[in-house]
Amino acid sequence: MAVDRFPVEYSHIMMFARSVGDPNPIYHDPEAAKATEPGAVIAPPTFVQSSAQFDPDYVLRPKIGAPWFGSGKNPTGAQPGSGGGGNGGGLHAEQHYEYHRHPQAGDVLTATVKPGKSWEKQGRRGGKLLFQETITEYRDQNGELVVTARGIGVRTERPATAEA
Amino acid sequence: MALKASELKVGDSFSCTLVEDLKRTQIVQYAGASGDYNPLHTDEIFTKEVAGYPSVFAHGMLTMGMTGRLLTDTVGDGRLTRYGVRFTAQVWPGDDLSATATVTAIETVDGTPIAEFSVETKNQDGMVVLSGSAAARLDP
Repeated sequence: MAVDRFPVEYSHIMMFARSVGDPNPIYHDPEAAKATEPGAVIAPPTFVQSSAQFDPDYVLRPKIGAPWFGSGKNPTGAQPGSGGGGNGGGLHAEQHYEYHRHPQAGDVLTATVKPGKSWEKQGRRGGKLLFQETITEYRDQNGELVVTARGIGVRTERPATAEA
Repeated sequence: MALKASELKVGDSFSCTLVEDLKRTQIVQYAGASGDYNPLHTDEIFTKEVAGYPSVFAHGMLTMGMTGRLLTDTVGDGRLTRYGVRFTAQVWPGDDLSATATVTAIETVDGTPIAEFSVETKNQDGMVVLSGSAAARLDP
């Protein structure tokens, strides 16, 4: 996901660390973080994924005033034929990160996206599997590369369990 | 608390329990923090009746994030240089997950000792739900 401005903020890091069950003080206590090698609140290894919060076009976040495909009165809010229901937009097959340094609270990152390879595979239960690789480069306020992320998504023709 | 190359050898292994009886609420927490609100992870009605799965299931990235704690607790804050995984099976509410990182190589790159790890997370049935590798800077 391309993002023009991804401010890495202390409270967001704290909430993210809580959600992945990591009580390490370096993610929520600026005083304790001073005594660590990085010397500041840093982001957990998978935190950059939450740049989705700052992507105005991210499809897996309800947009104010716009239709949403999750349930309300009906099991899905997607209009028939809109393509918004189905399997919910595909599954995540792989994720890889290379850390040039670890983002800190106070950094303001940008994310630029390059499409990678795409390929097809026949699944055992889920029909045809369509794979797409995406490479995202996160740079800091000085233009320095901080994290390189490589994700692989898979779309299935039918719901897939235990094989994505 | 970083690892020392002089005290580490290939085959050394580190393990921990990541979660017991994974709660739907934790999946909701992850959705809120990460910004990935795909109903497949939080909306049981949509997931069963529209998408055709037996229940909501965890974001792969939640499992990768939980597994990351084993790595950072093992190698020390800010020491990871690489972390990559494949999601090999879905993680469901109620699952117990445990992770293991095993040293596969120790080498010196540009004067810095680096450890390579294989990483695996399994559920209560021993099924591998995440499989990958990582690398970290060591002290000499």
